[in-house]
Amino acid sequence: MTQTPQTNAGANNPVLEIKDLCVSYGKVEALTNASLTVGEGQIVTVIGPNGAGKTTMLSAIMGVLGSKGRVAFDGTLEVVPEVERMVARGMNLVPEKRELFGEMSVEDNLVLGAFQRYRMGKRDHKQTLEEVYALFPRLKERRDQAAGTMSGGERQMLAVGRALMAKPKLLMLDEPSLGLAPLIVREIFRIIAELRRRGVSILLVEQNARAALQVADYAYVLETGQIAMEGPAHELADDPRVIEAYLGFGGKHQAMLST
Amino acid sequence: MDMSIALILGQDGITNGAIYALLALALVLVFAVTRVIFIQQGEFVAYGALTLAMMQAGTVPATVWLLVAMGVLVTVFDAGAALRAGRHRRAAAVAGWNLIYPLALAAIMAMLPVASLPLLVQVFLTLAIVVPMGPQMYRLMYQPVASAPVLILLIVSVALHIAMVGLGLLFFGAEGQRTPAFSDASFELGTLMVSGQTVWVLVVSALLIGALYQFFERTLYGKALRATAINRVGAQLMGISPALAGKLTFFLAAFIGALSGVLIAPITTIYYDTGFLIALKGFVAAIIGGLASYPIAALGALLVGLLESFSSFWASAYKEVIVFTLIIPVLLWRSLNTGHVEEEE
Amino acid sequence: MTVRLPADPVPSDASAARRRPALLSSRLVLGVFLVLLLVVPAILSPYYVTLLNYIGLYAMVALGLVLLTGVGGLTSFGQAAFVGLGAYTTAALTTATDLPAWLAWVGASPWLTLVAGLLITAAVAVVLGSLTLKLSGHFLPLGTIAWGISLYFLFGTMQSLGGHTGISGIPPITLFGRALDDGREIYYLIWAFLLVAMLTTHNLLDSREGRAIRALKGGRVMAEAMGVDTARARMVIFVIAALLACASGWLYAHMQRFVNPTPFGVHIGIEYLFMAVIGGAGYVWGAIVGASVITVLKQWLQDLLPQLLGSSGNFEMIVFGVLMVLVLHRAREGVWPILKKLVPVRTAPKTIDTAAEPLPRRTLPAAGERILEAKNVTRKFGGLVANDNMSLEVRAGEILALIGPNGAGKSTMFNQLSGVDTPTSGEVLFLGKPVAGHNSREIARMGMSRTFQHVKLLPTMTVLENVAIGAHLRSDKGVLSAAWRLDRAEEARILKEAARQIERVGLQDHMFDEAGSLALGQQRILEIARALCADPCLLLLDEPAAGLRFKEKAALSELLRKLRAEGMATLIVEHDMDFVMGLVDRVVVMEFGHKIAEGLPDEIQNNPAVLEAYLGGVD
Repeated sequence: MTQTPQTNAGANNPVLEIKDLCVSYGKVEALTNASLTVGEGQIVTVIGPNGAGKTTMLSAIMGVLGSKGRVAFDGTLEVVPEVERMVARGMNLVPEKRELFGEMSVEDNLVLGAFQRYRMGKRDHKQTLEEVYALFPRLKERRDQAAGTMSGGERQMLAVGRALMAKPKLLMLDEPSLGLAPLIVREIFRIIAELRRRGVSILLVEQNARAALQVADYAYVLETGQIAMEGPAHELADDPRVIEAYLGFGGKHQAMLST
Repeated sequence: MDMSIALILGQDGITNGAIYALLALALVLVFAVTRVIFIQQGEFVAYGALTLAMMQAGTVPATVWLLVAMGVLVTVFDAGAALRAGRHRRAAAVAGWNLIYPLALAAIMAMLPVASLPLLVQVFLTLAIVVPMGPQMYRLMYQPVASAPVLILLIVSVALHIAMVGLGLLFFGAEGQRTPAFSDASFELGTLMVSGQTVWVLVVSALLIGALYQFFERTLYGKALRATAINRVGAQLMGISPALAGKLTFFLAAFIGALSGVLIAPITTIYYDTGFLIALKGFVAAIIGGLASYPIAALGALLVGLLESFSSFWASAYKEVIVFTLIIPVLLWRSLNTGHVEEEE
Repeated sequence: MTVRLPADPVPSDASAARRRPALLSSRLVLGVFLVLLLVVPAILSPYYVTLLNYIGLYAMVALGLVLLTGVGGLTSFGQAAFVGLGAYTTAALTTATDLPAWLAWVGASPWLTLVAGLLITAAVAVVLGSLTLKLSGHFLPLGTIAWGISLYFLFGTMQSLGGHTGISGIPPITLFGRALDDGREIYYLIWAFLLVAMLTTHNLLDSREGRAIRALKGGRVMAEAMGVDTARARMVIFVIAALLACASGWLYAHMQRFVNPTPFGVHIGIEYLFMAVIGGAGYVWGAIVGASVITVLKQWLQDLLPQLLGSSGNFEMIVFGVLMVLVLHRAREGVWPILKKLVPVRTAPKTIDTAAEPLPRRTLPAAGERILEAKNVTRKFGGLVANDNMSLEVRAGEILALIGPNGAGKSTMFNQLSGVDTPTSGEVLFLGKPVAGHNSREIARMGMSRTFQHVKLLPTMTVLENVAIGAHLRSDKGVLSAAWRLDRAEEARILKEAARQIERVGLQDHMFDEAGSLALGQQRILEIARALCADPCLLLLDEPAAGLRFKEKAALSELLRKLRAEGMATLIVEHDMDFVMGLVDRVVVMEFGHKIAEGLPDEIQNNPAVLEAYLGGVD
């Protein structure tokens, strides 16, 4: 596939702008010159096969991994992204593995999501907690249960809820539908749409390409560490190359689904 | 041995055991949060006891100069970096805590007649000097290698232990010190005479353990430390930085160490290098708890204390051998319960 | 005939740059070092000879720690106690006057007491090792502190060992009728011991057992899957390290002619670990460097600092401690790697002896024979059913794909099939025999070989060495053969086999590169070569195509087809449909832990349940 000369035109007011981001593990380059933009209030998705570097990209933006390139968040250039600073400035990542505090209660997990705000003197976590509970009534029912004993779907909701406790400007979700039943996947995507309605910008990394393209405004395809294609989500959903590789089947290579 | 001797030995054992329990808790905490094996815990005990002794002797405790020196280094590194990043308020805060505070403390020491102050004020000043060295030490010595393997962190601890013992000799001299008891009262419990200091040790230990429990269960900072121990990546994504968690943990460990030193100084003669053996006994207790379980570590500490006091009666020459070989059945039990091959970092 | 394969037929820029500086021959550098060692006693004053004697003694202990800690990842603070065991054994036996007759003959010569000391140390090490080595990470160092302290107090309190005053009047060692009672004389003996120890350690690390030992740090699960008994390998290095310490103690006792407990305390044990880490715990030469740096530094600080600062405090301890921390801040790997850069020594690539006899091969089952069978396998974790009543089979000469969306339970199923995990109910049969109850090693021996979803290889070892680990079970030369190079014929056969598998998968251009420098896709291919090196009849591949580029995928397909034609049975867990559909014979589809479809690739592609599983989500 070739680079499509296109840009995320809907993003007049970019929340996140990365340019030529590179990450290497030792001598192996996992991400090469990736550039991407998320506009305010947009849902932008990154799709691509396993091992393409999607998680690596999110980790680099967040500052968990060292990287080279430019990351501008909320109008400020971050020379070296640093996790705590990114969290403090309103960026939150829901990682692929959820990374919950398994032995702690649901409520403790949620409250810890507000740690950085609390530290900066914004001690409104009790109110935020009620908002999150309103969005996920299930979590309120299970508030005293240990996070590690919950089902996959509840854990994902907890992970998203915990990130929302920080009142993020930009929420980055890494494979939120991973390993979840279709009904719960549907619920997760409903919440993603709801969050956008509330003004949260979202960067969504997904292997469930069809669902992701339906909910997103703009999309990027990442392959072997490089952005291979990009465009408005509905256009990519109709692009024959994407259909062949990620959505449809019956192409001449008998391709069905690549993820 | 008759009953009264047994009771005295039991009292000694429980008193020492309470101290070992505090140290064991600190060791478990430090390891769980930072993966550092905190060998220097013992030096904090000795520094606490001997700083208090120096104050009572009417001299300015030399440890305050170490606090000033480390504060200068932290200021150079952190305030410098904050200034370059244009974060002036942060730079001012760093300089305030690491430069102004130690100097103010040194001035107080030089001007006040510290030897004639009430004991509790002296204890407070001792803690004010020794405890901040914990976070300073984390910042200067561990933060640059925080991601290194456990072995490297362990070697750093050992090197710091050696340096702190050397400094201890310089500060306090080779003479041992014993401070006056917190209270001269003693209580009769049946045939047993319980000294006031024993009561102090037990009550303060219990209060401290209770306070720590509240801290970890009720406060967001305490929960943040637990979260870091459970899931480092998850905690970092919440903005709980490893540096913050490390400094907070070292603050608590230094506090526990220095307070333990102040508590046992009236019971045992403390030399500049006594801390190592005391901390090692805390380790034995921590190992019994698998470096993970606080309650088992605390029980282990009482066991170590009792074993030590009874073996010093029966076979005093072999006292240390007996205490340290206690580890072997514990390790044996653990190894029998470890079946499969696991990957280590 | 011996052919030296070029490491890289078309030198890439990086490797050309690596070779460009005028490199010194390693033999030349070694020769200069040996000549220096030989003439040093003649030119230096006795003070420096004594210093060198100590460096030699310390380096021997540190060498054990290089093997144990640096290479094997096991930390010990208790080596000083083993030194003490060696020293006290010989001291007690050679000075005692009232030994019972059956024992008295041992005391007649230090050489006999050396043997006695080594035997006692080995016995103690085996006991201590069996107590502590099975434990994970941090228990071992703490346990070693405990036994270090205990032995130290024992030396100091046992009256028969002289208590804290120690034992004096130890006779000198006699060699060819000559008593080595002068520092210059014992110097040669110490350094001869050390050099022999270094040579044997070096030989050991470059062998079948050596690769197993090098896999202990960060590769235990992989090594077990290749048939390495990692618990035994840990014990081996633990005992070797103890024996080196014991020999050092024996030399020490006969050099000093006097022992007391002080040099065997836990603080000295800590110092030995310092030496290994500062010198470079991963390198044989790090032992000498570390012992030299620490010994000289301490001596120097002890002489210099009191002149500068007065003698009121232990300044050398303070400066020493802080310096150590700073060194670790700057050089986590120790000093040796830095020195190595200063003296550019040419390293000769390994040679592959193409004339070596091939390793024995197993006879593959006839095509169509049932190799692996899962019967109603269910695996529950608490309330979660990860695998629900799964059945499948793999036959010789066929490729079966196990597919399903992420989180469908494929990895759990893979663990049941490979014997890593045991089903809650149901069973897995391999060649008709149940897999349950066998550990990874036994399963590997039966002929099942696997790759890992998250690549598990040893990044600092070459591709060739990584692949050679796969042949572990097809060879049997042990530690002693390796140490004395009696294993070379077998080693040549292993390397030839490894090279053959590397060429087979198309990685020959990278044979001598570090495995960690390969791209992820190539690392996956390397894992397949390693699995093939075990000569299996069943290959289990966990997501082999993830991260591969188009051409690499095509090459992998080609290889798997070739293997199928040879009669290999293959099970692939995979996401990549393109890759799977064009290659495999049959497909099993999983979702939410159970099988939702099974059949030929064409049927699966049109199966509505499968489509729903993959496309589920919003509609």
